[in-house]
Amino acid sequence: MSESVLDVRQVVKKFGGFRALDGVSLSIRPGEILALVGPNGSGKTTCINVVSGLYPADEGEVLFQGQRINGLSMSSLARLGINRTFQIPKPFKALTVEENVDVALRNIHPATPLVDDPLAFVGMDHVRDRMASTLNSGQQKLLDLARALAGAPKLLLVDELAAGMNPAELRQLAGKLRELASRGVALLVVEHLMGFVNQLAERVIVMNAGREIFEGSLAAAAKDATVVEVYLGG
Amino acid sequence: MLKRLGSMGLPLVVLVLIFAVGPYTVFNNPATLFEMMAFLALAQGINVLYGFTGYLPFGYVGFFGAGAYGASVVVLKLHFPILLAILAGGVIAVLISVILLPMLRLSGAYFAIGSLAAAEIVYNVVANPNLQSVTNGPYGINLAPVFNATLSYWLMLVLVLVAVTFVIWLRHSSFGFSLLALRDDPVSAGMAGVNIVRTRTLAWLASAFIAGLAGAIYAWHISVFYPGTMFDLNISIFAIVFTLFGGRATVWGPIIGTVVLYGLYNWIGFSTPQYFQLVYGLLIVGLVLFLPNGVMSLIGRRRKSRHAERKGAVMNV
Ligand SMILES: Nc1ncnc2c1ncn2[C@@H]1O[C@H](COP(=O)(O)OP(=O)(O)O)[C@@H](O)[C@H]1O
Ligand SMILES: [Mg+2]
Repeated sequence: MSESVLDVRQVVKKFGGFRALDGVSLSIRPGEILALVGPNGSGKTTCINVVSGLYPADEGEVLFQGQRINGLSMSSLARLGINRTFQIPKPFKALTVEENVDVALRNIHPATPLVDDPLAFVGMDHVRDRMASTLNSGQQKLLDLARALAGAPKLLLVDELAAGMNPAELRQLAGKLRELASRGVALLVVEHLMGFVNQLAERVIVMNAGREIFEGSLAAAAKDATVVEVYLGG
Repeated sequence: MLKRLGSMGLPLVVLVLIFAVGPYTVFNNPATLFEMMAFLALAQGINVLYGFTGYLPFGYVGFFGAGAYGASVVVLKLHFPILLAILAGGVIAVLISVILLPMLRLSGAYFAIGSLAAAEIVYNVVANPNLQSVTNGPYGINLAPVFNATLSYWLMLVLVLVAVTFVIWLRHSSFGFSLLALRDDPVSAGMAGVNIVRTRTLAWLASAFIAGLAGAIYAWHISVFYPGTMFDLNISIFAIVFTLFGGRATVWGPIIGTVVLYGLYNWIGFSTPQYFQLVYGLLIVGLVLFLPNGVMSLIGRRRKSRHAERKGAVMNV
């Protein structure tokens, strides 16, 4: 068994009395793409929020490269090598596209860059000098990705990046994410579009109501009775 | 590069022309110019905090008063040389801001009101008759032994230039961009590696230091004052309005806002006081409704749309 980048062990996250994560465990190896799927409200974003330090876990452990990271701030985690995008993109609206990326470059100071030019990598070369507030939501999501890449993450958490893209753009994006994985980045990809997941991940985890209900290949998931029940039975 | 340095330094040149050359040429009114400089320093201090972090400090005058009283006590009781005492005034304002650090956990209106309450507390401590032996309580301060109208005038100009230079630096440094990022979105700023607590704290301390120094120099200049003079809430309100009018998070905004509105205040306010409140009130309402980012946003908007046109042309090819 190779050393994993991320180990989530029996994590519980409560909002009031409601258990949004109810004992979730998962691990990802370097260069692996793990897809996290499941119906709306099943806890996918919450899982990313806990791993990236936005919310503390109420129970359980989060390990990054074998080291316990519960309770560390987002900025410390970013410097350790964890980064993410947001389901609803969060650009710095008062800054230009390029300045958005510069904030991450200058504050995280990665020892070795992951990509030479994050904006060129995500295909946003031509909008560098635009104010981020003038981007459409698809571009804002790519800007989130570029900013995350500027921090040279070893673990990248991607939350519904593909929503609203056309098939050609999806293929391109899938290619980019696979390229990152081939450079050793571990990716946790939360996604609704199964076609997109199919292009990306060997392994998927299906969540429902804060718990994992399946782990395996997407093809196997499609045949799994519990998974089918959750998706079709409502 | 030289051109860029030139345009960055332009505000400093303009300020020197108005306040160093002005008194000997067109505006022979040092008292008004001095007050205007004090507001310029305060407006830039508000700019550092509100413009770059989004915290609106209605109680900002508390730091001004603390600096004024701090410097005075240090001069009168500890017999420090005046320049050192003024520095001490700035440091005392910073110490108070350190005590008030937990306030940064409040947001929006809660912070604004909290800062108001904090200023009120500092005022009440200073004006307390039981502290007469230290602050002379409600009976005021007399700095006649060190009074020097000319030197204090020049020192206020130095402070204005330093504050403006600091804001120019903020506009061009990683630290300033981190602040703006934090103002826009603290969550993604954190994920971009911005140390949220440290960055906000430094901006808070810096803005307190500016106000403390301004208060100390102001006290030296007017030399006789009471707690009510230095903790007058109108001082906060004016500095905030000037900053909003000109445009926050810019170098020019607080300068334009202070020069125009304080000029207007002197002109209308003193010659026809009955119109002053009307004009000023209408201005504030119009500002909030139609120009939330101040006069500078008019210039910024034009520049941006020209920029967008150019980009559009390129993309259509
Ligand atoms: N900040 C929060 N406060 C309260 N409830 C939350 C919060 N974030 C998420 N939840 C709840 O937790 C559950 C899981 O949400 P989420 O992780 O966003 O789901 P998903 O991303 O899988 O659609 C939902 O019921 C949601 O309403
Ligand atoms: Mg979600």
